Amino acid sequence: MEASLPRDEPVQLIDADGTAHDDPEFPLPDGDTLLRAYRALVEGRRFNDESSALVRQGRLAVYPSSHGQEASQIGAALALAEQDWLFPTYRDSVTITARGVRPAEVLTLLKGDWHSGYDPAVHHVAPQATPLATQLLHAVGFAQAAQHRHQDAVVLAMCGDGATSEGDFHEALNFAAVFRAPVVFFVQNNGFAISVPLARQTAAPSLAHKAIGYGMPGQRVDGNDAAAVLSVVGAAVERARAGGGPSLIEAHTYRMQAHTNADDDTRYRDRAEVAAWEGRDPLIRMRAHLASTGALDDATAADIGAGADRMAAALRAAITTDTAPDPENLFRQVRGIRSPQLVEQRELLLDEIRRSAQPTPAGGAR
Amino acid sequence: MSIVHHERETAGAAATAATSTTTTSASGTETISMAAALNRALADAIAADPDVVVFGEDVGPLGGVFRITDGLAERFGEERCFDTPLAESGIVGTAVGMAMNGMRPVVELQFDAFALPAFEQIVSHVAKMRNRTQGALTMPLVIRIPTGGGIGGVEHHCDSSEAYYAHTPGLTVVCPSTPQDAYSMLRAAIASPDPVIFLEPKKRYWAKGEVDTTVTATLGEARVVREGADATIVSYGASVVAALEAAELARDDGFDIGVIDVRTLTPFDDETVCAAVRRTGRAVVVAEAPGFASVASEIQARLSERCFEYLEAPVRRVTGFDAPFAPPKYEHWYLPDAERILDAIDTLGLSPTGATR
Repeated sequence: MEASLPRDEPVQLIDADGTAHDDPEFPLPDGDTLLRAYRALVEGRRFNDESSALVRQGRLAVYPSSHGQEASQIGAALALAEQDWLFPTYRDSVTITARGVRPAEVLTLLKGDWHSGYDPAVHHVAPQATPLATQLLHAVGFAQAAQHRHQDAVVLAMCGDGATSEGDFHEALNFAAVFRAPVVFFVQNNGFAISVPLARQTAAPSLAHKAIGYGMPGQRVDGNDAAAVLSVVGAAVERARAGGGPSLIEAHTYRMQAHTNADDDTRYRDRAEVAAWEGRDPLIRMRAHLASTGALDDATAADIGAGADRMAAALRAAITTDTAPDPENLFRQVRGIRSPQLVEQRELLLDEIRRSAQPTPAGGAR
Repeated sequence: MSIVHHERETAGAAATAATSTTTTSASGTETISMAAALNRALADAIAADPDVVVFGEDVGPLGGVFRITDGLAERFGEERCFDTPLAESGIVGTAVGMAMNGMRPVVELQFDAFALPAFEQIVSHVAKMRNRTQGALTMPLVIRIPTGGGIGGVEHHCDSSEAYYAHTPGLTVVCPSTPQDAYSMLRAAIASPDPVIFLEPKKRYWAKGEVDTTVTATLGEARVVREGADATIVSYGASVVAALEAAELARDDGFDIGVIDVRTLTPFDDETVCAAVRRTGRAVVVAEAPGFASVASEIQARLSERCFEYLEAPVRRVTGFDAPFAPPKYEHWYLPDAERILDAIDTLGLSPTGATR
């Protein structure tokens, strides 16, 4: 596939009012797919908001919300086939749940129970990456290995706009292009890297334009339009699957909330800007579109709401159940072969714990 | 630039000469250079396991700047040994992804300081992936880095970075000093379920020795190079040679000095090293990296903790200086040599007729 410049305007199939528009290159997904996407959008929104509430209650250490970005996250996930792999970042929790990972397992990291709460092999989802852009290289290597082993697997590598400034972003795109690896790079441009706006990340016409320099196609998509994301990512996935090599997609969206609960976004952006994006909410437009086609009646909407309620209740129950940390875990899986040093240190800690559990003898000073 | 070019040519010519003048002894072992031993280990590993791939910058048709991968691309094809774009983080980062997908990548990063762009991938991902995922994803990959000085290289070509890696939980860090260990330990590193930082002392690339490819190594075991009754020199990499020289010279003065090659910096073989030091009661640790917060410091600390009641004198360190690695015309002053090791031995309280106890 030859490198091609992205369009001047992001691809949009359903506008903010819910009206569908034909596109010569990217067809509107069928009604069933859109209804499935809508269900996932509602659950994703609920997941985001429930998680933020759990932070306020001290149940999660932190939650980087993707409220407002659900169309990007769901559209990208639904464009993948079962055998494909996802390499997500810390803000892509909703994408991961859309791949079928249990919501409570996604939050294991943020709950502090362990660093990754799910088995990557089960749902083909790599651990969420906290360092920026590093996972993009893993995605490329994974895809190279898939080529080597003749696996029919495409890899979706996700990052945010801030990550496009990192060296690993450039190395990943370059490696993928040189080796024609079956990777789709999906950048959610939500406007800010914590507090720093896009203008401080790049002087390029768009992030998608960067693709041309590596020799791959780039495309821009309305990141609040799940239908457009599904169609554009879907086309890139199929091209990669057919041996056409990597591509770069920039989803234009907006981070409606602060970076995390530790962030004060009133210091760096106007409320008017946030309010303007509320009018482009991905759930509202999909609901309006599905209602206009008759695909979403009141009963179906109620059923979708009830499903989200059940998901939220199960998530809350799981997160508010404390599991006792096992000190042995500190020493497990540090190495495949435990070192003598770790054996000694394990004994030290277990002995410490044993002694602290015993009552101190009367008047016994240590 | 001219110095680098000269260095590469020298390296290549020497390695090529070594591979082409292989001699076979009656016992079935071969006398080859460390460079040739490493080349043999890579070839044998690729042939033995379809999941092993070798890649990096210049490792293909050129055969690596030190010719360690000489002939591999030609013999096994570009599927198994290939050049990448020039980007160290990219080399290691893609190796992480390959390991996640069941392969056993062996990558080459040409010089110590050139490995630093990959440091984040090594520390944040290579070392931690197994632990983060509770064993669901493992990192059976090997990162080969030519290490240390003594070859007249210009800046950024001759550092000793082992402490950075040894300080990182999850990594196995090895540094062989002989062709036999180079062969056996590289095979063991590739077979290891854990990620291995494989440090190759450049100065030793052209040193020849007997190599028996049927000899296997277990990572994490030190080697007693030379038994001694009066004091023990604990060392690794190119410094083992200086340690042996010092031990030989000390014999002329009537001292019986043992030498231990640590070989695996982490996990550390406390047992072998402590047994020798307890027996001799005196020890000198030798390494060419800067001494402050170094692997040599760690060994010294471990000996103080574990052998204190056996020690007749403080454990001494002989290391590189806490200064950036020296320019070529200065490195003979910088690198620990037999002379400096003997000076350290002089402070251990030995009498010329043997150990004073």
